[in-house]
Amino acid sequence: MKKLKNNAGLNSVAASLMAILLGLIVGFAVLLIADARNALNGFGAIVTGGLSDLKNFGQVLYYATPIIMTGLSVGFAFKTGLFNIGAAGQYMVGAFVAVFVGAKATFLPGHLHWIVAILLAAVIGAIWGMVPGLMKAFCNVNEVITCIMMNYIGLNLMNLLIRSSLFDKGRNQSLQPVASAILPKFGFDKIFTVGATPSSVNSGIVFAVLIGILLYIILQKTTFGYELKACGFNRNAAKYAGINERRSIILSMVIAGALAGVGGALYYLSGAGTGIPITEELAAEGFDGIPVALLGMSNPIGVIFAGIFISYLKVGGTTMQVYGFAPQIISIITAVIIYFSAFSLFFKGLLGRLGKRPVKAEKQKGGAVK
Amino acid sequence: MSLVYFIVQQTMYFVIPLLIVALGGLFAERSGVINIALEGIMIVGAFASILFIHFVQKFLPGQPVLLLAIIVAALAGMLTSLPHAYAAINMRADQTISGTAINIFAPAFVIFTARMILGVQQVDFLNQFRIDSVPLLGKIPVLGELFFQKTYITTYIGIAILVLSWFALYKTRFGLRLMACGEHPQAADSVGINVYKMRYAGVLISGALAGVGGLVFVIPTSTNFNATVSGYGFLALAVLIFGQWKPWRIAGAAFFFGVMKAISAIYSGIPFLVELGIPSNIYKMIPYVATLIVLAFTSKKSRAPKAEGVPYDKGSR
Repeated sequence: MKKLKNNAGLNSVAASLMAILLGLIVGFAVLLIADARNALNGFGAIVTGGLSDLKNFGQVLYYATPIIMTGLSVGFAFKTGLFNIGAAGQYMVGAFVAVFVGAKATFLPGHLHWIVAILLAAVIGAIWGMVPGLMKAFCNVNEVITCIMMNYIGLNLMNLLIRSSLFDKGRNQSLQPVASAILPKFGFDKIFTVGATPSSVNSGIVFAVLIGILLYIILQKTTFGYELKACGFNRNAAKYAGINERRSIILSMVIAGALAGVGGALYYLSGAGTGIPITEELAAEGFDGIPVALLGMSNPIGVIFAGIFISYLKVGGTTMQVYGFAPQIISIITAVIIYFSAFSLFFKGLLGRLGKRPVKAEKQKGGAVK
Repeated sequence: MSLVYFIVQQTMYFVIPLLIVALGGLFAERSGVINIALEGIMIVGAFASILFIHFVQKFLPGQPVLLLAIIVAALAGMLTSLPHAYAAINMRADQTISGTAINIFAPAFVIFTARMILGVQQVDFLNQFRIDSVPLLGKIPVLGELFFQKTYITTYIGIAILVLSWFALYKTRFGLRLMACGEHPQAADSVGINVYKMRYAGVLISGALAGVGGLVFVIPTSTNFNATVSGYGFLALAVLIFGQWKPWRIAGAAFFFGVMKAISAIYSGIPFLVELGIPSNIYKMIPYVATLIVLAFTSKKSRAPKAEGVPYDKGSR
């Protein structure tokens, strides 16, 4: 039994890697079509850009922090069979509360300041996640719709509150948190640096990884985690086994919301010198959580790696721009990876039934269809 | 009175795209495939057709360009929905995932393509499509001003699509078979209906309509396309659910949201709303809050197609 389980885990990784490979191939093809002469250089920049120097790698970790958090959020809800497309909204309200506390609650002493800011961001994120959870559990409303509505409500509310109480007019963004609300650096600014310009990486990445490990333990080793997963596998069976499915749905969304809210806090308390921009677009970090969760197979440990990977591609995409390519190629690659990771569920199902190695199953794919 | 005309005319600009896209979603979901990719498909449909208008407008002005653009939008939309159909139907993939992939792909693809072709990401066009007054009908008192002045040909196409959709689904063999595949595909298969084919038809029709919806959304409200349809595809999904997967109810739901959206978009042109001094963000929130409240009260007895989102596996029982 244990061997079989390990095999399934390996297959998941193999399937994810294959999706990544296909995504990169398509990305290269797009580069070739766009500008054949520079395609190889551009592709090289995507693949190696994140590792080209220590500062860039620091940026990879810096940008990975929020999307690991939103990835954990989406992945956690997935485990209970819920699609939390509302991570963007939860992320934004979390970011706002964190920055608000960070900029205004200056009476809080030293380290307590950023800790309180993060905790309150978790609370508001949890509330934003709770609404879809409650409506799913008690009113039978599809959580996808509620989450989308909550996203736009969150976006507009945030813009409103920033304009009325936290506005930096000159830059059309929010004020920035004061120094005592900035996350500790843990000395990362000394390690990940080139010359005098350090990267923006800070202790946030450490917190994100620790939270991921904590979630892994909750899901794998506790009764609570087991109940959540049971609801995801088969809601009726879980109910029959005496699990309170309503409670599971609501708690799952509450935790997912809190995770995304913390993501917003970690990103905007990093002291990178930006406030929250006023915009009509939903936060990209929230939506990036979806591919991260899918690529990580909703496994918290997988999500950590997936977050770093997607962030790595992003940084690569930035360095690629020197060759005149639009950075949107990265999103195209991500989309292709997600698309094929949808297939990988199919591969796994087939593998589960046949108990064969991935390579063979893949060949059978063509024949098994239709 | 002119204020009422203004509000109704503006409302139609918002209602019609929602209606068309939600009806698109209806075809997919009634055949048993969730199409969360409506947003992405709208973006590609709008992009392809606006790009078409951008280039052809110089040679062929006026309504014919718009009609041709609608065809372009429909084709682009179908093409974009094809990978989703393949994943959902042939590969039995998780339909939310492949839909999400298309939603990520679409804006990136259109920005990338626009930059390659035009050098910038915005696609400009001249709005030569507004009909100031429909001949004869526009002269009818009150009704003429409400529905036949300052309008677009797309408004009437949208209403035609509504009637046709209802007819196709409930009065033709094709429609009844399509709905059977969304309710109980095994039963449908057992009487000789090709479930795969019907589901492909459902998804492709939804792609075509979502593509057209994208164009219809952009034309009256802007003079350029900037790789976004402002979440309208997602709103259309909400309309579809609020409309209980039935064409006329969807029309009602689309009208409800259209009015909300119109008010939030044009409140600055309505004197007494301006005097209230409420910040614009509050108005922008109203459609979404209203949606939540309405859904909370109407979803309990939800009538979603039974086999929706469940891949059809011929071998399973």
